[in-house]
Formats: sequence, C-alpha cells, structure tokens
Amino acid sequence: MAGAVLSELGRFRILSEYGFGSRQYQYFYFYSDAVLTIFLYFALIALYSHVFSEMKAERYVKMGALLLLGGTAAFTGAVVLQSSAKLVTHFVIELSQNLYFVGLVLTYVLWAAILKLRETRTRLIQLVLSLGVYFSLYAANYAIRNLYPPLSSVFVPLVQVFSLFLPLAWAYAFWRLPEEARLVPARLAVIPR
Amino acid sequence: MMAAIILVCSVVFLLQFFVSYCRSLIAASVKHPLSAEVQDVTGIKTSASGEDFARVVQLLQLCPDRPEDRSGIQAIGAYFGLLGFVRSSVARLIPSVLAWTETERGQCTYFAAVTLERRIAFSRDMFAQQLET
Repeated sequence: MAGAVLSELGRFRILSEYGFGSRQYQYFYFYSDAVLTIFLYFALIALYSHVFSEMKAERYVKMGALLLLGGTAAFTGAVVLQSSAKLVTHFVIELSQNLYFVGLVLTYVLWAAILKLRETRTRLIQLVLSLGVYFSLYAANYAIRNLYPPLSSVFVPLVQVFSLFLPLAWAYAFWRLPEEARLVPARLAVIPR
Repeated sequence: MMAAIILVCSVVFLLQFFVSYCRSLIAASVKHPLSAEVQDVTGIKTSASGEDFARVVQLLQLCPDRPEDRSGIQAIGAYFGLLGFVRSSVARLIPSVLAWTETERGQCTYFAAVTLERRIAFSRDMFAQQLET
C-alpha cells in the first residue's frame, strides 16, 4: 500500500509536469505498474504463507513463488524477443499483464485451499477474495484491450476505477473486521459444498 | 485465441470472487442485531425483503458518508443489481434460483440497514464532538 501511495504521488508529479500524453508519463506509468504488480504478487504469497502456516510449508511456498515469477518473466521475455523492437518497455508491459493473470490463477488456487482447509478467519478470507476480484478485473480488462484494441479508449480509463477497489476493500477488512472474527467459508462459495 | 481464453477465465473467476466477496461482507453483518430505532425507521424486524433495499439505501444517503463503509455498500449495490438480473432471467426458468435470489436480496437489505445503523452512530459521535468543542 505504501508503494502504491508513492507510485501515485510520482505519477501525479510527472502528470502535472509533462502531461497525460507525454512519453515520460507513459514510461513512468508502465514501469511503476510492473513494480507494483510484483509487490502485489509477493503480498499474495504472504497470504499463502498465512493459510499454510500450520502445515509449516512457508519455505516451499516462497520457493515455488520465486520459481513461478522467474518462469513468467522468462516466458514473457521469450514472447517479446520474437515480436518487438523496444524490448525492455514491451517486456515490462507484457510482464505486468501476465502477472495479473498468474496472480488471478494463484488467488483462485488459494481460495480453493481456503475452502478445503476450512480456514475461518474472516479478515484473511476478505483479503483473498478482494484480491481475486482485483486481479480478475485487471486480467479481463487487458484481455479485452488485446482482443478489441479500438475499445481501449473505454477500458483504459476504467483501470483508474478498478485501482480504487483494492485499497478500499483492504481498508474495510483491516478497520471494520476484528482480528478474532470468524465465518464458515463453505457458505460463501457460489456452488454450495 | 490466448486473449479470448484469458478473458473467459477472468470473467468466470471474477463472478465467483465477486459473489463470494459480497457474501462474506453480508455474513459479517448478518449477526449484528438492529437497534429498535433502526427497526422503526426501516420497518425491518427480523428478516428483510429485497423490495426494501432501494428505500434503505435512500435513508443511507441522508446520513454523512463514512469512507470505510463506501466500498462495502457499493459492492453490495452492484451485487444486488446482479441478483436482480439473475432474478429476471435465469430464475424464471429455475424456481430454486428464484428462492435463492430472494434470500440474497433480503440479506443485501439487512446489510444496508446495519450500515445505516453505523452511520447514525457515527453522526451522533460527530455531533457530540462538535458540542464538546
């Protein structure tokens, strides 16, 4: 969250100095977005560690996460090498998009683990679910923009609306929900278990 | 092709996460008993009806906004809209879905009533603080 605040301040400064259409703003936006996505990826891995803490599996979770991150970067690099002249910039944008989808799949696996392990901590459940909503909004947004580039004028501004969701949802979870609050996760599943 | 698969997966996951997230918000508020005052204002005694949702939200808008409640009530508003869509489409063909949407819509109303109670308490605190200063 601190990284997001710093990034937003930086973006605002560059936006007010160089303007929305400037190359400086675009570079800063995409590079900071990639860094924030990696931070969010590690936040997701921290949630994995919380869920699997009783199984003493933190070390394996961290190793697996690093391997997956490296694999995603390698895959992105291989795709970019075949198709682009501006390698680094294209790599950063592609990596960010791919990490949103990898993050979404990992969040879904984590949600399945929560249901299976009968994790009851309300705050943890809400953090995971809101992260899932956030990743899926971004992944769907990027996919639509890749499928129908003319719709970018509609879906690019939506990113700003989506970006508000996670800080608000996490603020709600930390401020409103007491640490000891519990609920039965199976009752939340769309398909009853 | 790849983008289409990602889009389909994202939309399916989004629906699952969104519904579960909204139900977790509702589940956290459903144990909260309403005060007699809010019961009188909203007309909700023990169980709420989906038909009252718009009226309770109108009452909510009369109270000063609390930033920490904003995302919750907006998410539940969107969930209520989604339930309305399901009710007027899929639920017409499957009666059990109709009963489920009615229960969920009622719980959305109850969530809004609990939020209303928190806002009233918040307004009272602010008023008391102003009187002290």
